[in-house]
Amino acid sequence: MELLILFRNQRLILHLHFKTNTVNQFLTISFSSIAAAIHNWLALSIPNETLVKVIDLTITGVLLLGFLVILCFFLGYMERKVAGFMQARYGPNRVGPYGSLQIVADTVKLLFKEGLTPKASDKFLFHLAPVIIVVASLLVMAPIAFASNFQIWDISIGVLYMSSVSSIAVIGILMAGYSSYNKYSLLGAMRSGAQIVSYELSVGLSLIAIVILSGSLQLSHIVESQRDGWWIYKGHLPIIISFVIFLIASTAEINRAPFDLAEAEQELTAGFHTEYSGMKFAMFLLAEYINLFVVSAIAATIFFGGWMPFHLGHWEAFNHIMNFIPGFIWFFGKTFFIIFIIMQFRWTFPRLRVDQLLTLEWKYLLPISMVNTILVTVMAIMGWHF
Amino acid sequence: MDFYDILFWILSVMAVGCALGVVLSRNPIHSVIFLILTFFAISGHYLIMNAQFLAIVNIIVYAGAIMVLFLYILMLMNLNADAEPQKGLLVQIAGILSGGTLFLVLLAATKSAHNEEINKVSTNVGLITNLGKLLFTKYVLPFEISSVLFLTAMIGAIVIGKKEPQLKNGEEHIA
Amino acid sequence: MNEIGLSQVLFVSCALFFIGIYGFLTRRNMITMLMSVELILNSVNINFIAFNKYLFAHKLDGLFFTLFIITIAAAEASVAIAIIINLYRNYHTIDVEEVDTMKF
Repeated sequence: MELLILFRNQRLILHLHFKTNTVNQFLTISFSSIAAAIHNWLALSIPNETLVKVIDLTITGVLLLGFLVILCFFLGYMERKVAGFMQARYGPNRVGPYGSLQIVADTVKLLFKEGLTPKASDKFLFHLAPVIIVVASLLVMAPIAFASNFQIWDISIGVLYMSSVSSIAVIGILMAGYSSYNKYSLLGAMRSGAQIVSYELSVGLSLIAIVILSGSLQLSHIVESQRDGWWIYKGHLPIIISFVIFLIASTAEINRAPFDLAEAEQELTAGFHTEYSGMKFAMFLLAEYINLFVVSAIAATIFFGGWMPFHLGHWEAFNHIMNFIPGFIWFFGKTFFIIFIIMQFRWTFPRLRVDQLLTLEWKYLLPISMVNTILVTVMAIMGWHF
Repeated sequence: MDFYDILFWILSVMAVGCALGVVLSRNPIHSVIFLILTFFAISGHYLIMNAQFLAIVNIIVYAGAIMVLFLYILMLMNLNADAEPQKGLLVQIAGILSGGTLFLVLLAATKSAHNEEINKVSTNVGLITNLGKLLFTKYVLPFEISSVLFLTAMIGAIVIGKKEPQLKNGEEHIA
Repeated sequence: MNEIGLSQVLFVSCALFFIGIYGFLTRRNMITMLMSVELILNSVNINFIAFNKYLFAHKLDGLFFTLFIITIAAAEASVAIAIIINLYRNYHTIDVEEVDTMKF
């Protein structure tokens, strides 16, 4: 009951089901059967195989976009509430119950705003830049496993794919900064370029630690390798170090505070998106929230087992009890836990200076993660992990 | 037409069109953007031809690193269409003639060549496991040499790019 | 033209190669020339992978050639950028025809 689209020899998996294990048979709210039914119906009614494939992909894309829009609404609300919580105030509380419709009101405001274009700007790049940033963050969503067998594209080099695609966002930021024809924008873009390119190294090295232990770059294999315990627990100290490095470096990579030098309000007005307004500004906001989700989802998948429930070695009874909670709840629980941590960073640490930022990466994080990689390799060879 | 045939033609048109954009656009920044799009199209070709690892490496190295470097340098030097020097008409015609005639000759050669039977065996040869195994056995010497090359290039770039300390600011040092 | 064969792939790589040559001959901006060289290298990469896939499907030599070409291209680009920066620092231009100190 799977809907498999063969993308030459990689499996482009679209089957949707909640089942985490055979134990909870009664929980099979099987999306896979729905998806299979849709696919079969399409295949019967449309003789052209290519068209069926295209329609399948379109449905997936529309579903993903819808999910992301809802997610961004939720994250925007959550960010304000977390900020309020950290600063001992209420946060949004007027529009809708508990201010829950505040973000809808903001969206309406952004939609009706006039989209200004500076006269001296490079029009082509100015309009292209937000699209590139959003597309880059959408592409990273492809290999993320939301639940068991619920992946858009289970590419065999998933980790590499994600780190490569996420590096494209910097091009969009540089384009936005350059095309605005504004010195603040250009300064913000230059800072952000240096920042993202250097922090990518630490992100990659901390992910490599898990790749060494699990022996695969495929995300479904990495999740499967955590069936008897999550890596953060199985991997001892080196994995905890690499998790901390991942958190710091990925916060820097998505340009969030305390690493938001690219858009430091006090120095650069709004950095690379100073000149953007209306929907184009909303696209930068959208990309920021998608990036936040993606980074947290990667951390949850790599270090905390993704949709894999909390298992402890061979305690079968305990594991079976844990299996009753469906996988997608585990996945979103872990992801939102990490999002909560990253949101707290914003109100906990002061912003770094540019030289401090680069010193932190090149003199501290990079050497530490290199030594850590050697440690993990030794651990994997000697079999010291659980 | 197969799904992949359509994909192939779309990617080909994208690659060639963006490559034309690289050489024809006056603004160097636009050239860089077009070149990035070309690299994406080429990566798509690699994916169709079962070389996923190379497709990803192509994106990481070219779109993620080299092109960002180029963009960075162009922005630092503030080069745009106004500062862009153009060669004379004669050179352009010469360029078109030399490029075009060679292109036509090679095109005719490939067209008249015996078209090899396509090997339909869908292999997993391009997968990273096989690549890694071979990289650390048969190709280990070139691999290590290229790592030394990288180190040399890194040090060389720093040495060349470093400011010479003995020259004072504004001092004329060109004969 | 229905089935993609080797010649179609070669057509694309050929076009890229000569677009690169045209760019290399006609542009005077050093960075654009460097970009044309990258275009040429990439068209060669496509050729290697296409030959590997269509003619020697069970070997990997073509892929390794591509891998090493990408490696060397990265090293070359970094050194070239350093040279260009130095050039800009000394001449305040990166027009190749302006740099003629050693020419006469």
